[in-house]
Amino acid sequence: MGDVLAVVEQREGKVRGISNEVVSAATELANGLGGSVHALLIGGEGVAADASGLGKYGAEKVRVAEMGPLAGYHPEGYTQVVVEAVRAGQYAAVVLGATSQGKDLAPRVAAVLDVPLASDITEMGVDDGVVVVVRPVFAGKAFSTVSFSASPAMVTIRPNVFQPQERPAAGSVEVYAPEGVDPSSWMVRLKEFEATGSGVKDVSEASIVVSGGRGMKGPENWGVLEELRDALGPDAALGASRAVVDAGWRPHGEQVGQTGKTVAPKLYFAVGISGAIQHLAGMRTSGVIVAVNKDPDAPIFQVADYGIVGDLFEVVPALAKEVRALKAGD
Amino acid sequence: MNIVVCVKRTPDTETKIRLGADGTSIDSSGVKFIISPYDEFAIEAALQLKEARGEGEVVLLSLGGDDTQETLRQGLAMGADRAVLLKGESGSDGLAVAKALAAELRGMDAPLILFGMKGADMDQQQVGPMTATLLGLPCITGVSEFETENETVTCRREVEGGTEILEMKLPGVVTMTKGKFEPRYASLKGIMAAKRKPMDQKEAQGGEDRLAVRKLAYPPERPAGRIVGEGAGAAGELVRLLREEAKAL
Repeated sequence: MGDVLAVVEQREGKVRGISNEVVSAATELANGLGGSVHALLIGGEGVAADASGLGKYGAEKVRVAEMGPLAGYHPEGYTQVVVEAVRAGQYAAVVLGATSQGKDLAPRVAAVLDVPLASDITEMGVDDGVVVVVRPVFAGKAFSTVSFSASPAMVTIRPNVFQPQERPAAGSVEVYAPEGVDPSSWMVRLKEFEATGSGVKDVSEASIVVSGGRGMKGPENWGVLEELRDALGPDAALGASRAVVDAGWRPHGEQVGQTGKTVAPKLYFAVGISGAIQHLAGMRTSGVIVAVNKDPDAPIFQVADYGIVGDLFEVVPALAKEVRALKAGD
Repeated sequence: MNIVVCVKRTPDTETKIRLGADGTSIDSSGVKFIISPYDEFAIEAALQLKEARGEGEVVLLSLGGDDTQETLRQGLAMGADRAVLLKGESGSDGLAVAKALAAELRGMDAPLILFGMKGADMDQQQVGPMTATLLGLPCITGVSEFETENETVTCRREVEGGTEILEMKLPGVVTMTKGKFEPRYASLKGIMAAKRKPMDQKEAQGGEDRLAVRKLAYPPERPAGRIVGEGAGAAGELVRLLREEAKAL
């Protein structure tokens, strides 16, 4: 009875990286509960072709719900399919990624199933049969340990925290056409999708973030950070402090901090950012933090692992050059 | 068209959080409490919509204790017409909160229900969509701007890789994030008027809290870092350290 359902994600028919983290986290939990992991993938016809890889991270079974109208995420359609999948099994827990899809879908599923949901968790375990999780609160200024007194325990996991671990399992794929899904009954309609531009990584998914603050002096100077981001490779994204977003220099989608995104990349560059409490709250669980600031007393240096004091307009291009040289030698 | 905005009282985002003696909650002495910033986007959207249409009421709804009255007055000072306080506690279990709100909303004339995308304390992003699901209403979350034309709401929502444009017919629920709606400051006149606006108080018909807090802790301390050097000349050493010591490159 300790099985765990791992609800994974795809976009345009390709299984997204977060799925490996979700299955891996679910596997660790299932081991503690004495059960196995079933992955659930929802998408359009043929999406199962990309699903077998999930066995590598611990999925015993991969159920794939294929239906044309479900090719892209839809709250009502996906809620119905997930609820049915949960009811069809005996799951002790249901795990999703805390992505924009997961954060929209999980609460709806929890409300239909009448179970509580712990969102954006950073740790998960079992204590005497009870699922216990840790999650950041007050924008990461504190961590709350909570336990579930209902089943299944539903959680969404923070991206970039649960490192995917290979624990090969059968991963047998089972495709089915979900029954009773009626798109004509859906009340929300996707009219249009405006893509940001290919190759631009979202700050919440990037493994390296280059963030700029007021020290950048103006939006026209952002090329300096773009150069460093480009040198760091396709897994790097731009971030921004609240001050520069409020000033209209950068879009809100890049904002890191309490009223922006909370990120946990492996490497975070804070450039021209003083380190206000709200900003720190959004990035302090990053792996390695580098600060570049002309003020040696800037609070950012208290959280940074490495710092350079100096004029960012000289330091950052030098960093970009050194990174390019390093990668050229790889 | 009446609009209900569900709001939450949270600590100011600049607050330095101190843990309370019981180990499961914060020490709230000396803490300034505000309307959760995301809820303010929702209140502003409601006020602008009411002003554009020239009719309808903006009603604030909140689950909280006596202290929440002060928070609701802040929202009334911005321009909302009246407030309803459901007396009860909210913890980590968003579904319990959603049940209390849904119980009240069922009896209200509310074609449009707005929430902030998340409470700036618990950061869970649950209560809005959960409440909508309990009420059987369509819901669009994380909306940065929206427009209404007759009974249709068109929303912009940022996701990884782009922006979705979604549409639904009222009655419905929208949860707001930062975007088009810049929360106004309450004027002195608004603050004075707020004192006379109606505030109903009732007992919350909530759900049981099934997510118990065992412990609240500070984040692990990061070990002290170091300044590698000054100026562009330090760049080479920093990159070397990132590769060899931190193994981050």
